[in-house]
Amino acid sequence: MSNQVLMPALSPTMTEGTLAKWLKSEGDTVQSGDVLAEIETDKATMELEAVDEGVLGKIIVAEGTEGVAVNTPIAIISEEGEDVSAVEVSAPAPAPKAEAAAEPEPVATQPVAPSAAPITEDAYTGQTVTLTVREALRDAMAEEMRSDENIFLMGEEVAEYQGAYKISQGLLEEFGGRRVIDTPITEHGFTGLGVGAAFGGLRPIVEFMTFNFAMQAMDHLINSAAKTLYMSGGQMGCPIVFRGANGAAAGVAAQHSQCYASWYAHVPGLKVVSPYSGEDAKGLLKSAIRDPNPVIFLENEILYGQSFEVPDDSDFTVPIGKAKIEREGTDVTIISYSIMVGLALEAAEALASEGISAEVINLRSIRPLDIDTIVTSIKKTNRVVSVEEGWPVAGIGSEIAAITMEHAFDYLDAPVRRVCGEDVPMPYAKNLEAAVLPNLDKVVTAAKAVCYR
Amino acid sequence: MTKETKKRKSTKKSAAKSAANPEDILKYYKDMLLIRRFEEKAGQLYGMGLIQGFCHLYIGQEAVVVGMQAAANNEVDTVITSYRDHGHMLASDMDPKGVMAELTGRSGGYSKGKGGSMHMFSREKNFFGGHGIVGAQVPIGTGLGFAHKYKEDGGVCMAYFGDGASNQGQVFESFNMAALWKLPVVYVIENNRYGMGTSVSRASAVKELYSRGAAFGIPGDSVDGMDVLAVKEAGEKALEHARSGKGPYILGMQTYRYRGHSMSDPAKYRSREEVSKVRSERDPIDRARQYVLDAKATDEDGLKQIDGDVKAIVSDAADFSQQSPEPELSELYTDILIEA
Repeated sequence: MSNQVLMPALSPTMTEGTLAKWLKSEGDTVQSGDVLAEIETDKATMELEAVDEGVLGKIIVAEGTEGVAVNTPIAIISEEGEDVSAVEVSAPAPAPKAEAAAEPEPVATQPVAPSAAPITEDAYTGQTVTLTVREALRDAMAEEMRSDENIFLMGEEVAEYQGAYKISQGLLEEFGGRRVIDTPITEHGFTGLGVGAAFGGLRPIVEFMTFNFAMQAMDHLINSAAKTLYMSGGQMGCPIVFRGANGAAAGVAAQHSQCYASWYAHVPGLKVVSPYSGEDAKGLLKSAIRDPNPVIFLENEILYGQSFEVPDDSDFTVPIGKAKIEREGTDVTIISYSIMVGLALEAAEALASEGISAEVINLRSIRPLDIDTIVTSIKKTNRVVSVEEGWPVAGIGSEIAAITMEHAFDYLDAPVRRVCGEDVPMPYAKNLEAAVLPNLDKVVTAAKAVCYR
Repeated sequence: MTKETKKRKSTKKSAAKSAANPEDILKYYKDMLLIRRFEEKAGQLYGMGLIQGFCHLYIGQEAVVVGMQAAANNEVDTVITSYRDHGHMLASDMDPKGVMAELTGRSGGYSKGKGGSMHMFSREKNFFGGHGIVGAQVPIGTGLGFAHKYKEDGGVCMAYFGDGASNQGQVFESFNMAALWKLPVVYVIENNRYGMGTSVSRASAVKELYSRGAAFGIPGDSVDGMDVLAVKEAGEKALEHARSGKGPYILGMQTYRYRGHSMSDPAKYRSREEVSKVRSERDPIDRARQYVLDAKATDEDGLKQIDGDVKAIVSDAADFSQQSPEPELSELYTDILIEA
């Protein structure tokens, strides 16, 4: 009886990795618990332990192989004396479905040419480089820290561990422990401390491992960071960035999967931004760090590993308060932010195959909202769909609907449709989790509905 | 109680023999008197409906902030406190007119009328508020200490809070980080014996609040907060400790507030006798007055002159606070964000 050893997932969002090294050779006897191999992702290196006893009969995936999908058979462990040369290797199992919850399946229709050419950044025409969102965020911090001694990064695991999500990789090495600071697990305390440091003339970047934990610090975010400038008649500026993963992760249930965009968007005195692409991540984070106000910077864990073309220029920034038209269209405006922009673009592609030309707006900034770009688009398309992971009640979609009525009511040919996360705490089970989040079908259905199709 | 805390507590008895010169003693007296008269006037204006909302008076606690400011290096040290903040502002040399005009919600106030009694600031005077949420100033003050250390400017933050705030979780989070990173912060616990209407013995498992840092290795002293010279002496020791890179220090000031928690407090939780006993036996201004006379810093006539001067300052502040115009409606939408 032989057992297949499968490529393991090291984190809820891992889909593939590198088989860095085999620590056992074919023919070696292995005990349960023996380390068989080292697996690497862009975030971490982990050891793969044997769960069965026997002989490492066959290594299927050689060491050094990159892009090995989770659940791919990588070796066979057989009983003593068994011949495994004839064992048939089964097809790789599908990647974990959890990911599909946030990243819908590709469109099943025939690919067609986009109905309109994608808009390129009007300001930037220089060289680009392919970076993950993770690298783009790190580069933004590093570049800004090089130019201003008063900028420092603090948070849980940001220094020695290189970031819980490896966003701060290399920063401790370059900037040292004075400027890259591991905090105790003490959100309320270090958030208040960060605000005080900003009042004291520094420019802190405070990383929340995820924004779920920032709720412990809500008082300082709202009462101390956002309101003090006003309460001091303009004396007490608070130049600080609060950044970290926001929104639905995968398979971590209700307390670790929530979008906080509408919570912070409610508060005068804050700026709230939420990048989608690598370009957004780098350009917006640089703007946030340079901004003299408190900026809530909502990242997305599932986007961290995705690669984009990013302007290769340390002067490149993305202005806060300006949305980006990711794709031009004429029939319906789909408005979104963060990871849902990717879904909106997929939906636009699918709609194009049915003859519907969708314009996709990437909000980039949640507060201030770029009302001009939204309204201009609606005046052209006369139809609006909002897409967000957050709950529907008092959500960003609700705000878009209100803005639409206030500024473009006479241009509307259909009521605004909101595609939101379902109005429930995030469930754990894969199928329920997938049912909560917006997906391609929900967006396409909503877009067709406002087009009366 | 450990030997160590016993030993620390003994500093309380050494009360106030630090030889301040007559001129300084006179200044402390005058500063304390200004706070008292200012607060009495604020209470009066509140009664007239000129000050609205919450108004927390500092009467009875004057020696704490005046003694600490006497010990501090006012060029670099920073001050942060709670909503019972008028005394701290006056002791930080902020203009009484600007403070009173903020209480009356006028454009001439330190926050242009947008902050009120609990939210005033002066970067120029290193006064960082004035914070309305109980305990929130403690991590912020710890952050000011962090900035002092980061910038190596030699400053120390004095973070004031009450016995009530000392039970907030964020205070302990701050203690931990300040001790861990050896931040230059002096935590001044103004134990006025009541967190609103709840006495310390009903709110704190351990009444010796100066020992609250023991779990973090932060030294602490109990101080007679009704004696300005005792406060000054304790403050000098604590500030020196923090300034020299040894990390935070806690001072547990034994003080008392004569008035209610805020203006609307009927103070049913304590007896009239308790208040009058403190007033007659421990009043910090009476004590300072005696120091003045003992040091022959001035005579009765000189004291009368000071009383008159202080009354005039307060009277001018009250006049200004009523003459200063209300903020323009156009101020509604200013100071929300700084132009990037």
